[in-house]
Amino acid sequence: MSTTAELLKGASALFPDEVVTQAHVRHLELPFGAGRFALITLDNGLDHTKPTTFGPQSLANLDVAISQVEKEAAAGEIVGAGITGKPFIFAVGADLKGVELLKTHEDALAIGKGGHDVFKRLSALAVPTFAYYNGAAMGGGVEVGLHCTYRTVSQAIPAFSLPEVFLGLVPGWGGCALLPNLIGPERAVSVIIENSLNQNKQLKGKQVYELGIADAIFEGADFLEQSLLWTASVLKGEIKIERAEIDRGEAWDQAVAKGRFIADSKVHGAAPAAYRALEIIEAAKSGDLQAGFDAEDKALADLIMGGELRSGIYAFNLVQKRAKRPAGAPSKDLARPVTKVGVVGAGLMASQLALLFLRRLEVPVVLTDIDQERIDKGVGYVHAEIDKLLLKSRINQDKANRLKALVTGSLDKAAGFSDADFVIEAVFEEMGVKQQVFAEVEAVAPAHAILATNTSSLSVSEMASKLKHPERVVGFHFFNPVAVLPLLEIVRGEKTDDASLATAFGVAKKLKKTAVLVKDAPAFVVNRILTRFMGEIQNVIDEGTPVAVAEKAVEPLGLPMSPLVLLELVGPAIGLHVSETLNRSFPDRFKVSPNLAAVVKAGKRGFYVYDSGKPELDPEVAALLKQGDVVLTEEQVRARVLDAVAQEIGLMLDEGVVAEAQDIDLCLITGAGWPFHLGGVTPYLDREGVSERVNGKPFLAPGVASVPA
Amino acid sequence: MPRTVKEVVFVDGVRTPFGKAGPKGIYHETRADDLVVKAIRELLRRNPNLDPAKVDEVAIAATTQIGDQGLTIGRTAGILAGLPQSVPGYSIDRMCAGALTAVTSVAGSVAFGAYDAAIAGGVEHMGRHPMGEGVDPNPRFVSEKLVDESALFMGMTAENLHDRYPTITKQRADEYAVRSQEKAAKAYADGKIQQDLVPVSVRNTNPDVGETGWGLVTADEPMRPGTTLENLSGLKTPFRTHGRVTAGNAAGLNDGATASLIASEDFAREHDLPVKMRLVSYSFAGVEPEVMGYGPIPATEKALAQAGLSIEDIGLFEINEAFAVQVLAFLEHYGIADDDARVNQYGGAIAFGHPLASSGVRLMTQLARQFEDQPQVRYGLTTMCVGFGMGATVIWENPHWEGK
Repeated sequence: MSTTAELLKGASALFPDEVVTQAHVRHLELPFGAGRFALITLDNGLDHTKPTTFGPQSLANLDVAISQVEKEAAAGEIVGAGITGKPFIFAVGADLKGVELLKTHEDALAIGKGGHDVFKRLSALAVPTFAYYNGAAMGGGVEVGLHCTYRTVSQAIPAFSLPEVFLGLVPGWGGCALLPNLIGPERAVSVIIENSLNQNKQLKGKQVYELGIADAIFEGADFLEQSLLWTASVLKGEIKIERAEIDRGEAWDQAVAKGRFIADSKVHGAAPAAYRALEIIEAAKSGDLQAGFDAEDKALADLIMGGELRSGIYAFNLVQKRAKRPAGAPSKDLARPVTKVGVVGAGLMASQLALLFLRRLEVPVVLTDIDQERIDKGVGYVHAEIDKLLLKSRINQDKANRLKALVTGSLDKAAGFSDADFVIEAVFEEMGVKQQVFAEVEAVAPAHAILATNTSSLSVSEMASKLKHPERVVGFHFFNPVAVLPLLEIVRGEKTDDASLATAFGVAKKLKKTAVLVKDAPAFVVNRILTRFMGEIQNVIDEGTPVAVAEKAVEPLGLPMSPLVLLELVGPAIGLHVSETLNRSFPDRFKVSPNLAAVVKAGKRGFYVYDSGKPELDPEVAALLKQGDVVLTEEQVRARVLDAVAQEIGLMLDEGVVAEAQDIDLCLITGAGWPFHLGGVTPYLDREGVSERVNGKPFLAPGVASVPA
Repeated sequence: MPRTVKEVVFVDGVRTPFGKAGPKGIYHETRADDLVVKAIRELLRRNPNLDPAKVDEVAIAATTQIGDQGLTIGRTAGILAGLPQSVPGYSIDRMCAGALTAVTSVAGSVAFGAYDAAIAGGVEHMGRHPMGEGVDPNPRFVSEKLVDESALFMGMTAENLHDRYPTITKQRADEYAVRSQEKAAKAYADGKIQQDLVPVSVRNTNPDVGETGWGLVTADEPMRPGTTLENLSGLKTPFRTHGRVTAGNAAGLNDGATASLIASEDFAREHDLPVKMRLVSYSFAGVEPEVMGYGPIPATEKALAQAGLSIEDIGLFEINEAFAVQVLAFLEHYGIADDDARVNQYGGAIAFGHPLASSGVRLMTQLARQFEDQPQVRYGLTTMCVGFGMGATVIWENPHWEGK
């Protein structure tokens, strides 16, 4: 048995549940008499909904296949060898479930080395090798092809990427070392760093070809046939592949520098993966591939044993799996159909909601408001947004006609809502107003209609309390911008029944939102945590820490934006309002900042001015601030803020605001854009020891978002 | 409105290699629609001067129009092949003469001026759709003795044809079959066949069949080069005890697809498309269903009469070899020798296979190649027998004809 085989056998023992990929070797006669050819097909034996992955046993199978092909190549029995995938899938890389199980640096190193040892044999064959990217290719799937002499890609490929950095890894089976040497450092940085950090952006077949990753592109209908015909021509010397010369001078360094800039702007140095990948890309300038492979192995092992990757995989599983099966949601069999939607209010939020319901549900949507002018404005907004979609070819004219015909406005709630199944209100955030609105709706809507509120901070139970049928009231809390942020907090009031809740979850699914069930508690999840977080920043500023120090203190978390920039986005007035609400419920922990109140009173939209192109403290705001004399260091600020967040989450879990810490993290990722490398936030609080310090215990069991014990 | 009938030409034709039907066949895991799509795409690729938007029709034949051969396959195959959505399509069924009928149907429309250019072809995946799948013959056929009970079983109709021509013995049929295999092998050796085949990638997941994974089909699977009379003499006669029809002197059960481009001669010239054959006449005829193999004879009589030609004017014959006896009956009728050099020069369906509704275009593609090589020949014909008692004949003129 070869060392590689032994290595993989060891790894495979750790991962008994691997979905094993076979590597079938089949021989064929190439057209034009080009000779006998060995084609390896990667296939896990399942349909396209279960994409082919590489675990240790899968790599061992590929190793055996390559051994066979190697022998035939050496004996002159074949003129070339190729590798392709089952229908619609090439291969989507390492099996993450296997990565999660790894406990030691040594095992992690073995996985990296095992992949390298197998893949690089392809480039060492005595005959040219060809990868035919017939379908989805990611990570190790892309990399196995990079070890081949030539590549073709199907124009029909929907997804092609090196997503490792997105998860907290590096493309460690040759990606970092080979790709810049194939397509140049700038393009490689774009694929490995930029796309990954840009919400894991996928390439289409055409881009794979245009970037120079593939040497030829063919349409999906006869991709493999045309690839093999092309192969025959290449082998006969009729087609010569010319690749662009790679600039190994200053351009290389500039590309790496640009990569660092992108990484800084996205993760602010807070997650190591992008930087490790860039180090390897930087070193790849020498063209010494083996040194690059060794560096990849080391980076992989370090990252696999590090918290960021475990958090990344945890976060990935939350948004891929938990988000699809919301914890605590009643059986979907209880859900009632929703064939018409009412929206109370025709302001901006209401109009955005109307647009969302319209586009996703494609049912009649009626907007009501207190005067015709507001209604016309609301319907006009929806029509204008539909026209924008049409202009961008996101929808065609027929669809635009259909959607426009479905949205109407009515001054008369009775006329608008008498046959609605779901009515959502987005009126002024005041209990009396909302209770009044619900009473009016209840008087005219059918008995089964769901009454939903988009309140961000008021009690859903209280809002329902004066109705005849409070059991059909649910909170339906969206996040701004509604079209972008996936989170939808679904609030169960005291009397909300299962059928209403099931209907709400059914609607959320059709809206393509990530629905999380939350208790009717002040400010629910995201706003409560963000307000506590921002409140603590505001507190230290009020006490005397300079604004810049307070802001910089939380930079190492790698949040999408600084606290005060976020405040500006939300609007200081709204921020103040939420803090006042929470202050009423929890006066000990939520203070109302006099400085923030002053800023709001002065009519300022934020703390910063951007005249120099960079955010600088607005002198007018600076003049308003009345600070104390307690000046904290960045470390002290960070500790206070993180302690506050850990305390608040601990209390929320005790109160049963959500089922588990996982739901808190899912909310923060999908509603506040908190990063994967923090795992939302609880994995980070656990690994930094904050949870232990504040609550005496971690939020998550070992192995959930960390290296298993 | 004054109207001029247009000359119709066969621009080009291609086909997939033919496979053996059944779980061990090369196309067992390949869809029927994919086969014809690949043929259409090859046709378009080979004729880059043809703007796909100028195709006025896609007529695709299949005998069993269900599943992946259903859903108006002429339309769906066009979309799957990447033709613009503006190009319409329809399905055709005349059993074995499906593709031939697709050609004559669109040819009629071209001559009438309704189309400038059209794709005509056929597909039959007899592995996925065995003969007789889903049929429901009206009981009156039997109760009122409208047809003989053997009419639905092609092998039995072939035995019946032997009865009609007592001089056509099993020996003669076997000898004919051996020659068909020999001629086909020679045509392959001479590279006459491969140039009109489109390679097809095929998947196999069954280790009992052979190597698993993706492979590439570049040649006909049914061929049995080196077949001898001895090999054939011992074969069973499954349709009648002590009968004459065997698996060796008949076409098998096969999978495959064909596609051709038919256009007005003006259109072809204007767009610099090849003109491989010029349509002279076509005809269909009905005969007693229980001797359906007799069909080509009356169909040819009609086609010759329309063209004002006699059988002596025909320099090349492409006769579908559903059964050796059916070819021999035709030759016997016209007094042509069994081994006449003008007949099936590349061999026939006994060697290549006969995926029912696709075969007509194979005959034409082969005749077109023979025209190219033999400019001394002016006229040729393609003919086939059809289930339920029919014959179909198309007479073609060689555009390469050198004159008297």
